[in-house]
Amino acid sequence: MLHIVNKSPFENTTLASCLRVVGKGGDNALLLIEDGVYAITKNSDAGKAVHAVMGGVKVYALMPDVEARGMQDRVLEGVTMVDYAGFVDLVIEHNNVQSWL
Amino acid sequence: MAIEINGKTYDTDEEGYLTDLSQWDEDVAKVLAAEEKVEMTDNHWEVINFLREYYNEFQIAPAVRVLTKAIGKKLGPDKGNNKYLYELFPYGPAKQACKIGGLPKPTGCI
Amino acid sequence: MSEVAGDFDDEDGSGTIKKFMFVNRKAPYGTVYALEGLEVVLITAAFDQDVSMVFMDDGVYQLVKGQNTKAIAMKNFSPTYRALDGYDIEKLYVERDSLEMRGLSESDLLVPVEVLSSAEMQVLMNDQDVVIAF
Repeated sequence: MLHIVNKSPFENTTLASCLRVVGKGGDNALLLIEDGVYAITKNSDAGKAVHAVMGGVKVYALMPDVEARGMQDRVLEGVTMVDYAGFVDLVIEHNNVQSWL
Repeated sequence: MAIEINGKTYDTDEEGYLTDLSQWDEDVAKVLAAEEKVEMTDNHWEVINFLREYYNEFQIAPAVRVLTKAIGKKLGPDKGNNKYLYELFPYGPAKQACKIGGLPKPTGCI
Repeated sequence: MSEVAGDFDDEDGSGTIKKFMFVNRKAPYGTVYALEGLEVVLITAAFDQDVSMVFMDDGVYQLVKGQNTKAIAMKNFSPTYRALDGYDIEKLYVERDSLEMRGLSESDLLVPVEVLSSAEMQVLMNDQDVVIAF
């Protein structure tokens, strides 16, 4: 299952809730878009939380959103960057998708 | 839009549903029924009253399938079936009876 | 979401039944999400779909007993959750951590629910055809 988070982890608990559920095993992927991409900042609190689930969860981020925010050189290792076409591929590859509000 | 009966004004929306549930009374129900070409009998009132009780309890107008089942439970299978309810309210029991009963259009009614 | 969710009517009229999960994560009156979500659930059920509801994070506040909106001039739609049973929506799941973080327990809720751990929730979500968040 693909989980999409678009909220900054520093002003909203959505990412934390998503990780609480998604981090518990299963075949899951996490895609960060919009302000959600701040979550993959190296050495940040949110980055550490994301890193902690990366053993079981594949983590992706939407490159246009990362670049727009100037965060491309501060990205946590192990995160896969995707463009818009890659976003579409991820949606197709997974049996279902949840866009966390 | 509005309906006026004996000097009392009842506000309605563009589809003819009352906009203020608390304005409902039997007078306006009769006028709304006449507009729907429904002649009110005891059996009609029974359904209307059932619907209003349902609304008071759950704060929604039920979908027709739910209404039929709930009526069956309370008034028996003779009344909890589509045939009986459509004979009373030919253009849809939930839709027509809700209008006459002063309730909003049922959720899930398309 | 490999298929379009609106695929309700097959040519033989039997329709396609999919597993729809609605994930409710917002408190009831501060935003319109909870009420809108509830309406979508009722409409989905009218199409004879397999519907379940999840309440987590502030979404658990939707089910708290004793809501009274008179003084804020908004509709109290909490009684509508009690109508779900009549719509054959019997699968209501609440995440345990969300309840506990808010100092709530199952007895504070106005409908019978199944309380699940985050791990159980994860398994359940993966099992759905369509997951919609409100």
